[in-house]
Amino acid sequence: MSFFETVRSGLEAIATHRMRSGLTVLGILIGIAAVILTVGLGEGATASVNSAINSLGTNLLIVTPGSSSTGLVRGGAGSADTLTYANAQDLANKKDCPDIAGVAPQVSAFATLVAGSQNWTTTVYGSTTQWLSVRGRSIAEGSWFTPSQMSHAGNVVVLGQTTAQELGLTFNPIGQTVNIDNVPFTVIGVLNSSGSSSSAQNQDDLAVVPLTTAEEVTGSTTVSTIYLQAKSQSTLDAADQEATNLLLQLHGITNPTEADFTITSESSLVSTATSVDRTLTVLLGGIAAISLLVGGIGVMNIMLVSVTERVREIGLRKALGATPGVIRRQFLIEASTLGLAGGLAGAALGIIGAEVIPHFISNKISISGFATVGAVIVAVAIGIIFGVYPASRAARLAPIEALRSE
Amino acid sequence: MVAPGPQANSSSSHTGAPGAPLITGPATGLAGRQRTERPVIEFQNVWKTYQSAEPVYALRGVSIKIYAGEYLSIIGPSGSGKSTFMHILGCLDTPTSGRYLLAGSDVSKMDEEALAEVRNRRIGFVFQQFHLLPSLSAWRNVELPLLYAGVGRQERRARAMSALEQVGLANRSSHHPNQLSGGQQQRVAVARALVTEPDVVLADEPTGNLDSHASADVLSMFADMHKAGRTVVLITHENDVAAAAERIMRFRDGKFVDAEETAA
Repeated sequence: MSFFETVRSGLEAIATHRMRSGLTVLGILIGIAAVILTVGLGEGATASVNSAINSLGTNLLIVTPGSSSTGLVRGGAGSADTLTYANAQDLANKKDCPDIAGVAPQVSAFATLVAGSQNWTTTVYGSTTQWLSVRGRSIAEGSWFTPSQMSHAGNVVVLGQTTAQELGLTFNPIGQTVNIDNVPFTVIGVLNSSGSSSSAQNQDDLAVVPLTTAEEVTGSTTVSTIYLQAKSQSTLDAADQEATNLLLQLHGITNPTEADFTITSESSLVSTATSVDRTLTVLLGGIAAISLLVGGIGVMNIMLVSVTERVREIGLRKALGATPGVIRRQFLIEASTLGLAGGLAGAALGIIGAEVIPHFISNKISISGFATVGAVIVAVAIGIIFGVYPASRAARLAPIEALRSE
Repeated sequence: MVAPGPQANSSSSHTGAPGAPLITGPATGLAGRQRTERPVIEFQNVWKTYQSAEPVYALRGVSIKIYAGEYLSIIGPSGSGKSTFMHILGCLDTPTSGRYLLAGSDVSKMDEEALAEVRNRRIGFVFQQFHLLPSLSAWRNVELPLLYAGVGRQERRARAMSALEQVGLANRSSHHPNQLSGGQQQRVAVARALVTEPDVVLADEPTGNLDSHASADVLSMFADMHKAGRTVVLITHENDVAAAAERIMRFRDGKFVDAEETAA
């Protein structure tokens, strides 16, 4: 009996028992859809954590001023004016800090921006040319400010996407004039969207001007934050140490516990978030795997029922010349077809679910082709594995016993 | 026709199984006939024992020769062991001891795969309960043995249709068994038995579930087969059914008790 004929026989047997086959397929379907959605949920969460990291910049250290001490009165964190642009320039010195790749000091203030008849209040940052690369941002339109504009304290501004929109500068914004607290600035660029909406602060509603220009306007030389970018993930700790040592030395502090600044690493937050995420994925994946196992046992149960119910048919087929091998193959094909049907339907349900479910929950579900194809293959494998025992039972049936049963 | 093989004319040969007395089987009733060819079926002192608390002897040293073209009926009461005999004859079961030669080859020692092939090529079954598959149409039922023989689709269809034509059901080829009467179902089963052109057609109570009209119909088909030169073995417990055959063998207590020949 040819393979094609065996497949045909198997499919006919499935078609004869539509209801039963349908329920079996349903068991596998639910398991596969659950696995695909769980994996997708895990990957979606990882992706949003990753995009949150990227929106801040990678391998980032954040230096903030420590609390000020005036006599016995201790101010709140960040209240001291201990960090300066000069500190940032020293940190950029490769000789003292070989593991720091980029330095971006930053000042910030709320200001009202006016463009034509539109006005909008937002955070205006003053920073240096390296801000773009350290914060992991890029320019959508126009250009970032040049070292020359930086040193001459040019009145130029780069806007975030949201800010540009609110000011009505969506079409050809480059070269337009925006008044910031009544000082005219020329728009030279618009940032790309940060791609992250998960941060508390909208990373697209901002304006950036050269730090030198900001100093001229405010008359202050202190900065609120210095962003440091380490050369790689592995040199993050070394960069942290180098920056700490240099700043302690610059500020004339000998006891590290009295430091007037704080350095935090973004990666410590990220690793916590990722591990929580992974635990959740493993847990949900375990539940999905159990439901898949239950589906597989369902296949075995149905196939055993099928063997018992079709004892006469099997006996007759054997009397007419079907070898045990032919009978075994027919039942295995039936079982694996049920698995394949369940796998394909489950994959379809999973893909539809990945589109629909995010509308009801805040989490993103990202379906990977690899996981989907893998799940379908697993479904077929489950059909075969759980079909082996029923198939060999059918193959071993003695034809006379089978024909005798009424 | 019949394949050459070891000549075993002596019906007293045996394999010396424990508990098997060295008895000679009954005469096979071929007086007056000149047979030059070898028998298509030959049982040599076949025993079948079922092991239970006390061993049950279903066959007690059966010896018989059936020649090609014979129409033989085997009659016996239920419990006489004729069903066991039929199962071994049809290669659905194997003897505990003794030899069974089918077309010259010893099938008593064959494994499952080989027996399946023998059933497929050499034997056509007709059962009391018809045993048609309800999910398949008449011609798809008839083609089943050819499917297992590895015959191509086109040829299967042609041969199945021609077999249905022989039993007068060509116009019902796409009907399912539940759309056919009992007599028609049994005729489909006869077509299925004929489709492989087997050495032996083996019918087990073929009229047991049929009314007298349908019974006569089926018996006349066997008579036609016999006229066409086919070997037919019919097992029954009814005397008038058995009488249709050319030779009648009586079965009782696990062996043949006597032999007679009818004029038919």
